[in-house]
Amino acid sequence: MIALLLRDLQLAFRAGGGFGLGLAFFLIVTVMVPFSVGPNSTTLGTIAPGVLWLGALLACLLSLDRLLALDWEDGSLDLLATAPLPLEGVLAVKALAHWITTGLPLVLVAPVLGVLLNLAPAGFFWITLSLLIGTPALSMIGTFGAALTVGLRRGGLLLSLLVMPLYVPTLIFGAEVARRGAAGFATETPLLMLAGITAGTLAFMPFAAAAVLRVNLR
Amino acid sequence: MSIWEYANPTKFLRTSARVMPMLWVASAVLIIGGLIWGFFFTPDDYRQGSTVKIIYLHVPSALMAINAWFMMLVASLIWVIRRHHVSALAAKAAAPVGIVMTLIALITGAIWGQPMWGTWWAWDPRLTSFLVLFLFYLGYVALWEAIDNPDTAADLTSILCLVGSVFAVLSRYAVNFWNQGLHQGASLSLDKEENVADIFAYPLWTCMAGFILLFIVLVLYRTGTEIRQRRIQALVARERLEA
Repeated sequence: MIALLLRDLQLAFRAGGGFGLGLAFFLIVTVMVPFSVGPNSTTLGTIAPGVLWLGALLACLLSLDRLLALDWEDGSLDLLATAPLPLEGVLAVKALAHWITTGLPLVLVAPVLGVLLNLAPAGFFWITLSLLIGTPALSMIGTFGAALTVGLRRGGLLLSLLVMPLYVPTLIFGAEVARRGAAGFATETPLLMLAGITAGTLAFMPFAAAAVLRVNLR
Repeated sequence: MSIWEYANPTKFLRTSARVMPMLWVASAVLIIGGLIWGFFFTPDDYRQGSTVKIIYLHVPSALMAINAWFMMLVASLIWVIRRHHVSALAAKAAAPVGIVMTLIALITGAIWGQPMWGTWWAWDPRLTSFLVLFLFYLGYVALWEAIDNPDTAADLTSILCLVGSVFAVLSRYAVNFWNQGLHQGASLSLDKEENVADIFAYPLWTCMAGFILLFIVLVLYRTGTEIRQRRIQALVARERLEA
């Protein structure tokens, strides 16, 4: 499992792996927001938590189609499926690798982009914390979506259509934590709900993802 | 005699052909009768005026929008567990009907909301969760359309339906938490004091029964179409093999 994780990380970090693309996308979305809603700093401060969450979600979504497609094309996915490692474990590791290469950088960059959007000082801690808790769920749900569409020719657009509705609860609770934190309200309830969704997703989603991948590899 | 006999497509087609004419007539009579009853033989509401009459389309379609998904969930489970093809095809057949029901509920709700709430749309929990349900339907249908191999498609969509159901329920609670509502709570329960007045409720029950029958007959009809289409494909494939 660790060897697989290292392999995926190396493939992502080295040339052509596309590491940083999601990060650049996150940056550009955030920069585009003031252009579209105007430079009024009060407005920007109000929408900042939501924009950061939406940007992170889209950046995650955008990198999903590479998650399994390359391994599918060169056949290494078939090898992994027949390896002694259970397919559920393979997919959990792949989701973890996706999170390390996409989700974690987003979490680290989000406070910096928060400065650009005039995020309230109290919000920096909460946006980081909520993204840290929420992005693993985004990666794991995304892995399910990627396994669902791996064999399809026009998979990319369909993947977004399938995964977006599944992201709704995570987005609602995550953005709620950030918004309440920025406004100085209590954040326990949405934070617990967000953590619960992430924990449940991490526990059950590998099985669903492995089930659909087995169908696709048949 | 067990329900699993109808997993045989021929048996299913024969029985559904026998009951469908009755169901068509019954649902038409109930819906037309309920609508005429509701539109012309009930008084205007003392606060809402005649706008209240859209309830006879709004509530039954909303009922079927949710229950169509529930029926798809049950059919998907049957496919996953017992692998009866008719069940997978019934789930496929129900999805577009569910989409239309969701759209009717959303549109009639908007038309009703405009004079009553002064807005076509509000991010109310009920409205929002219906919109999310609509997105789930779209994804489900799109996945069916995207996959060529029918068995693969049935497997993948059924798992999507199971996972989607969990997330649809989660979304329902999430949006409840996220915003307070304009929409009234349930007012048709059997055991509550504050219900819709009987004079409005009886035609409403009639319309709801009519919509349930309409949904059943549409699903039977569309399932039959899917079975026949599958047979044609099999015949074409055999021709090509022999040629």
